[in-house]
Amino acid sequence: MVSEANTDVARAGTGSEAAAGAATGGAEVGVGGREASLWSDAWRQLRRNPLFVISALIILVFAVMAAYPQAFTWFYPGIQDPRSCSLSNTVGRPSATAWFGFDVQGCDYYVHVIHGARVSMIIGLATATVSGAIAIVLGSLAGYYGGRLDSIISRITDVFFAIPTILGAIVILNAIGTRGLFQVTLVLVALGWMTMLRLMRSSTIERRDADFVDAARALGANTGRIITRHILPNAIAPVIVYGTIFIGVAISVEASLSFLGAGLQLPAISWGLMINGSFTRILQAPHLLLFPGLFLSVLVLAFIVLGDALRDALDPRLR
Amino acid sequence: MGRYAARRLLQLVPVFFGATFLLFAMVYVIPGDPVRALFGERQVSPTTLNELRARYNLDDPLVVQYGKYMGFVPDDEDGLSGVFQGDFGEDFRGRSVTAIVGQRFPTTLRLAIGAVMVQTIIGVLAGILAAIRRNSFWDNLVLVSTTFIVAVPLFVSASVAQLVFGLRLGWVPIAGLNDGLISYALPTVMLASTSLAYTARLTRTSMVENGRADYVRTARAKGLQMPRVIGRHVLRNSLIPVITFVGVDFGTLLGGAIITETIFNIPGIGRAVFEAVNQREGAVVVGIVTILVVMYMLANLIIDLLYGVLDPRIRYE
Repeated sequence: MVSEANTDVARAGTGSEAAAGAATGGAEVGVGGREASLWSDAWRQLRRNPLFVISALIILVFAVMAAYPQAFTWFYPGIQDPRSCSLSNTVGRPSATAWFGFDVQGCDYYVHVIHGARVSMIIGLATATVSGAIAIVLGSLAGYYGGRLDSIISRITDVFFAIPTILGAIVILNAIGTRGLFQVTLVLVALGWMTMLRLMRSSTIERRDADFVDAARALGANTGRIITRHILPNAIAPVIVYGTIFIGVAISVEASLSFLGAGLQLPAISWGLMINGSFTRILQAPHLLLFPGLFLSVLVLAFIVLGDALRDALDPRLR
Repeated sequence: MGRYAARRLLQLVPVFFGATFLLFAMVYVIPGDPVRALFGERQVSPTTLNELRARYNLDDPLVVQYGKYMGFVPDDEDGLSGVFQGDFGEDFRGRSVTAIVGQRFPTTLRLAIGAVMVQTIIGVLAGILAAIRRNSFWDNLVLVSTTFIVAVPLFVSASVAQLVFGLRLGWVPIAGLNDGLISYALPTVMLASTSLAYTARLTRTSMVENGRADYVRTARAKGLQMPRVIGRHVLRNSLIPVITFVGVDFGTLLGGAIITETIFNIPGIGRAVFEAVNQREGAVVVGIVTILVVMYMLANLIIDLLYGVLDPRIRYE
């Protein structure tokens, strides 16, 4: 739902990186013994940015939670198995032995919320990586070659852009019987690669005629090498920035779809699904909404802040 | 202008077919059997499955299925009837999708108009405030609050708002539309919230950029007061990307309507989509969404045509 909204905001950032890329260019000249590439400069600045450090740490915590949920439950006094539920505990309030209370089925909510991180992280990362790969390959080809190839790719992009994300995803997913991680990721990729492709295409066009590209060509580099070794490293920054934000967007969209009943299905453990399952009881038992909602929001926020920090670091005009 | 509008309308045709065909193709390509999905966990006889497949033309090749839906290829049962004959399908009780949309749409339209108004008025004002007091407390407040609004998924923030303002504080009705205009207040604001944040940020960026333009310096040099410079010169030029955004954002608004109407139990078109999803009324889901996609395209066309009014430098031909 947010992906379309991001489009123009993200696009607004592209122009500014152009000057920076051309200036640092492919020539990574050592000044005073240090490598002064766009990336090493960016890293130096990122390390000093508290927002970057905090958001990266939060994401790290969620990554551990996704990979090893036991790391967050072994010390837990309540029931540690997310599948062991007892109906006698239905909608139990948070207490010392059940920190987040119990859901409608009487499952321990803390353990469920912890285990919910895995689905969000996998879908977010997979969606952004696959969409990013499609966007980088097709975007640089369209931007570099231009002409008919560019027209074809751009028209296809237009058609995909005409489908609003949430609506399109509901229609497609609704027609599928069993919806697992794979199907949901596939649909999110299908409806989400376009913005990054446009970013990649425009930033490739901006660098296509740069002096360092001419220099590389004069030295005898072939087209493949020019695209992958010279243009790509200088043109990829906007895609990385938006891709980071897009991880958060994908996580948010997955949760929204699961909430609407068109995303993942039980017995999957997903934050959106948890809120969906307790939707009719939320007014009596707000904890059923608040805990998964809080985890979800913090994770999405971390990716968005991380993306903003990357943009600041990769856009030297703002320094 | 007339010729430009006609040409843009023509350009929409391939995009419309492309987009609807895409939705069709993706339903077709992604693994999973829609007829089996109809029954969930229940056991069904193969005869029933085959009969249903034949009835919904699922044994035809993709292109033929699409042709039948659009009304280009005659159907075995009801001949040539499809989108182009105004037939978007019907639900299991035989009510046509167009009737459902006709009944539900006015409510959503009221909600959407309200949301666009809230989004542009508050968003632009917050953006102006942040831009003219750059790096001040207000600027940071706008920056931080918009980041939070964007990060918290709408279904979470709307539910929390319902809890706090509806249940705890009792300022607004919890759900439904039985209390007159006030029942629209919270759903409208929540529907507008995400877009409002983007509008504010876009207005701010755009105004900061235009603030450095030569014509602004000229305007100030000839002695115009600041409010007039900002109102007449900076703001008017800064609104173009904002207007574009409102158009592009129409799709988000429709998606948001599904979530807000579900949470606040508002009998609009979004709620109809939600009900259809949960009652497995596939035809209704596809029908309503097709209609919404057409609306989305038309909204973007109207925005395109508005450019000329806002920016005299843009001439159509």
